[in-house]
Amino acid sequence: MPSLIDRLLGRTRQSSAHTAKERLQFILVHDRIDLPPERLNEMKEKILAVISEFVDVAIDDVDIALRQNDRNSNMIVAEIPFAHSLLSDEERDENDDMELPLLTEKDDDDDDQPTP
Amino acid sequence: MGASNTAQSGTPGNNKRRARVLTVTSGKGGVGKTTTTANLGVAFARLGYRVVVMDADIGLRNLDVVMGLENRIVYDLVDVVEGRCKLRQAMIKHKQFPDLYLIPAAQTRDKTAVSPSNMVEITQKLRDEFDFIVIDSPAGIERGFRNALAPADEVLIVTNPEVSAVRDADRIVGLIEAANRGPAQLILNRVKMDMIRRGEMLSPKDVTDILAIQIIGIVPDDESVVPSSNSGIPVAMNDKSKAGIAFTNIARRLTGEKVPFSVLENSGGFFSRIASIFGGGNAN
Ligand SMILES: Nc1ncnc2c1ncn2[C@@H]1O[C@H](COP(=O)(O)OP(=O)(O)OP(=O)(O)O)[C@@H](O)[C@H]1O
Ligand SMILES: [Mg+2]
Repeated sequence: MPSLIDRLLGRTRQSSAHTAKERLQFILVHDRIDLPPERLNEMKEKILAVISEFVDVAIDDVDIALRQNDRNSNMIVAEIPFAHSLLSDEERDENDDMELPLLTEKDDDDDDQPTP
Repeated sequence: MGASNTAQSGTPGNNKRRARVLTVTSGKGGVGKTTTTANLGVAFARLGYRVVVMDADIGLRNLDVVMGLENRIVYDLVDVVEGRCKLRQAMIKHKQFPDLYLIPAAQTRDKTAVSPSNMVEITQKLRDEFDFIVIDSPAGIERGFRNALAPADEVLIVTNPEVSAVRDADRIVGLIEAANRGPAQLILNRVKMDMIRRGEMLSPKDVTDILAIQIIGIVPDDESVVPSSNSGIPVAMNDKSKAGIAFTNIARRLTGEKVPFSVLENSGGFFSRIASIFGGGNAN
């Protein structure tokens, strides 16, 4: 959505050049390392499958992406957080204090207390 | 040649030459390689340099037509390679510029008739007599491209401000680096300032951001280009053509002259706006 200033200056169609640039940047990251988007997805799935054999992963929060600083400096940047169920007992207690809905058994008692 | 000083190439009027070989290439077809080669040839000649332009597009010869020399061809590059004539005999002198020569491609052969080492040999024979050898590469990344790249000291990549052309240019940048012929320099051809202003076309800055190579020329899309190739008179011979001025400025930059993009300001104010896109008016 173009800003008011853009619209006043008649720059509402700025987007097509901008779109071109964004598309090119996406295309070239994949071209330069010779890994098409579809193969990257395949790779992500395999990485997650391997990791999931050992630990529980918060699948929805996983972020695996290609990053390019310049033509010859490419990397895979991955952020793969653990799922909540991996938390230690102490952490569970802390979570309990924070009223996260992880531990339900004694929740009823606790919940009643603040509102006598 | 009785030269007394150890001159570099790029110094007009020197007796002892050591030509620089410039290869003009692009990846994508039809972006303006042949137009650029012809105009650089003319521009260098007008600046007083001795120059050979070579058509490496075997089987699809064009440079002769764009330069208006098609009627003078007797021998071509393949005749030289296959020993049917001496190199001299395949060099066609330009009508107006006695220091500008064309070596035409063969029209009826395919690219395998010439090898990369043939190209190196031929340019070696010319180096001592000329300041610049400009090679027009065919489109693509096959044999013809490798032929054109083999003797290159410097590579000029021509592209247009369009997604597919820039993508192919990027591929070429990578191949040139891999072949140790880099860093290549960029010529952005067929730029339409009014479209850039409306946000409908990639700007020179967009393209250089993406390709991350040095830009050496910005050539406007110019209606004088087609009629000039109709008549075989490159726009660099016409001081009023904006594209001609842009090509001449590329030649001047290649000789080491500092030509800020803002100096290109001509009647329409085109280049001052280009300069502002670079945020200061000097991209070299
Ligand atoms: N700056 C310009 N303004 C207008 N027209 C241009 C410009 N540059 C090139 N052209 C036109 O674009 C067409 C293609 O140019 P040219 O033949 O130089 O491209 P090429 O890259 O050599 O093509 P090929 O890959 O087929 O060898 C020609 O008709 C030419 O006149
Ligand atoms: Mg051509």
